[in-house]
Amino acid sequence: MSTGATTATPAAAEKARKGTSDRSRAENRLGLKLVAPAVILMLLVTAYPMLRALYLSLFKYRLSAPDDREFVGLNNYVTVLTDSLWWGDVFNTVVIMVITVAFELVIGFAFAMVMHRVVFARGIIRTSILIPYGIITVVSAFAWQFAFSLNNGFVNGWLPFIGEDFNWFGDKWPAMIAIMVSEIWKTTPFMSLLLLAGLAQVSEDTIEAAKVDGATWWQRLWKVILPNMKAAIMVAVLFRALDAFRIFDNIFVMTRGAQDTESVSFLTYRQIIEQFELGMGSALSVLLFLSVLLIAYLLVKLFKVDLASARGER
Amino acid sequence: MRAKLGPSTIIGMIAILVWCLLPVVWIIMLSFKPEAETAAGSPQFLPKDWSWENYQSVLQDDLFQRALINSFGISLIATVLSVMIATLTAYAVARLEFKGKRVVLSIALAIAMFPVVSLVGPLFDMWRAVGLYDTWLGLIIPYMSFTLPLAIWTLTAFFREIPWEMEQAAQVDGATSWQAFRKVIVPLAAPGVFTAAILTFFFAWNDFVFGISLTSTTNARPVPAALAFFVGPDQFNPPTSTLSAAAVVVTIPIIIIVLIFQRKIVAGLTSGAVKG
Repeated sequence: MSTGATTATPAAAEKARKGTSDRSRAENRLGLKLVAPAVILMLLVTAYPMLRALYLSLFKYRLSAPDDREFVGLNNYVTVLTDSLWWGDVFNTVVIMVITVAFELVIGFAFAMVMHRVVFARGIIRTSILIPYGIITVVSAFAWQFAFSLNNGFVNGWLPFIGEDFNWFGDKWPAMIAIMVSEIWKTTPFMSLLLLAGLAQVSEDTIEAAKVDGATWWQRLWKVILPNMKAAIMVAVLFRALDAFRIFDNIFVMTRGAQDTESVSFLTYRQIIEQFELGMGSALSVLLFLSVLLIAYLLVKLFKVDLASARGER
Repeated sequence: MRAKLGPSTIIGMIAILVWCLLPVVWIIMLSFKPEAETAAGSPQFLPKDWSWENYQSVLQDDLFQRALINSFGISLIATVLSVMIATLTAYAVARLEFKGKRVVLSIALAIAMFPVVSLVGPLFDMWRAVGLYDTWLGLIIPYMSFTLPLAIWTLTAFFREIPWEMEQAAQVDGATSWQAFRKVIVPLAAPGVFTAAILTFFFAWNDFVFGISLTSTTNARPVPAALAFFVGPDQFNPPTSTLSAAAVVVTIPIIIIVLIFQRKIVAGLTSGAVKG
């Protein structure tokens, strides 16, 4: 078999490499040729622009007055990091990230448990769970904005402890709740599918054995099921947390950052596209990138996320 | 036995259905309310008078038609190109032994977590310099880069499951290598390629950040951006029911794809993320 090396043990692969070094060199070349287009394209649109953002962030540079470009060193970073607006937006973004991921994890897990047990109507459940996943985020944002709206929304009428004339978008925290509801609604199904795949890895025999030994439902959940799907949970949390930190679409549609509901992504967009502050905006881009990197690092280190499984390696 | 169907499972199923469908039904109901009804304020769930007028005005709207064409064209082209490139990559990763394999997968993982908004500034600047701003190609390129990781994972997971020995077995039985590839490998690989294409299309169809920042006219503005900028005659009271009708129109393709391919999509979504 020509591809024995993919599954062979390291020792056997070593032996094979010595025996057919020409062939393995050819395979090496072919492999690099096949992956080259994808790697070049991915780096062209991310690594190069990111380096350019790093460069531009050292300038005072307004697109409306491009000739006045002037080198200011790290001044843009100092301006951003000493501004309470940046820290307020970081706070908003982190709050949204923590709360939405927590809700998605709990609700998504409950959904996964239900889907795992369902024997009939699987197609219907699967289809409906994919609709929020596939729907455009902007559409979800509109649907929930209208649902919470003062004139046309059904939410005030349906919730018994909320007055008919309560304006959800008139104050910071109600508006944040509306934004988070839209975010949670749209992304919980994705979380539940990832958790369902993890749930399928837990052996039924182990659960059955725990049951025979007299473990209650709660004990089986905490002592058997959850520890056995830790890897799947961590990967799902990592993906969703980084995605939630980039929240933009919902805020753009529902509040446009009004009532102090701005996120870091929205601030960056506003500086560049609305204010034409490319220098300052680039500094924000770099800081946003570093924040995501930091969160990824913390999650991987603190929770020991097994990234090999996230990459689909064995 | 997991075939047991307790009351908790049935309640759970109903909860899932309500969760997933309520907002969709809500926006459909809104879309059937006449514009005058929502302008006056109509907090009840069902329309008082059912009307098709919003769909008529949306489908006749020139801006919306252009946005639909842009979205379909850009998403389809980006999907086809992205899946083709990802197929080469996934084949190499799944079948060949070469240096840098882990690097490729790590780059893909890093791109999947990349904060897209941080690219808005430099791309805006670069695209204007090279004339890609507000063109189809200007969106197709970033869509391809950002859908590649998902496509590569999905396809790699699928390709690892393919019994490649069958290709040789067919050759031993007298098939030419082209026949062996076409009759044996293509039918086995096709479902994976197809699933990757659906997921890629969803991503491109959903994009908002690039759509609003790299376009300025109907030349290339896709649907989500057009929806967000759709204000109607009165800027402070966006036309609720007309917008809802537009939202329903752009959701229909998603629902059709989901209805037909739900099994494949679920398999694709979960294959890359978890071992197995």
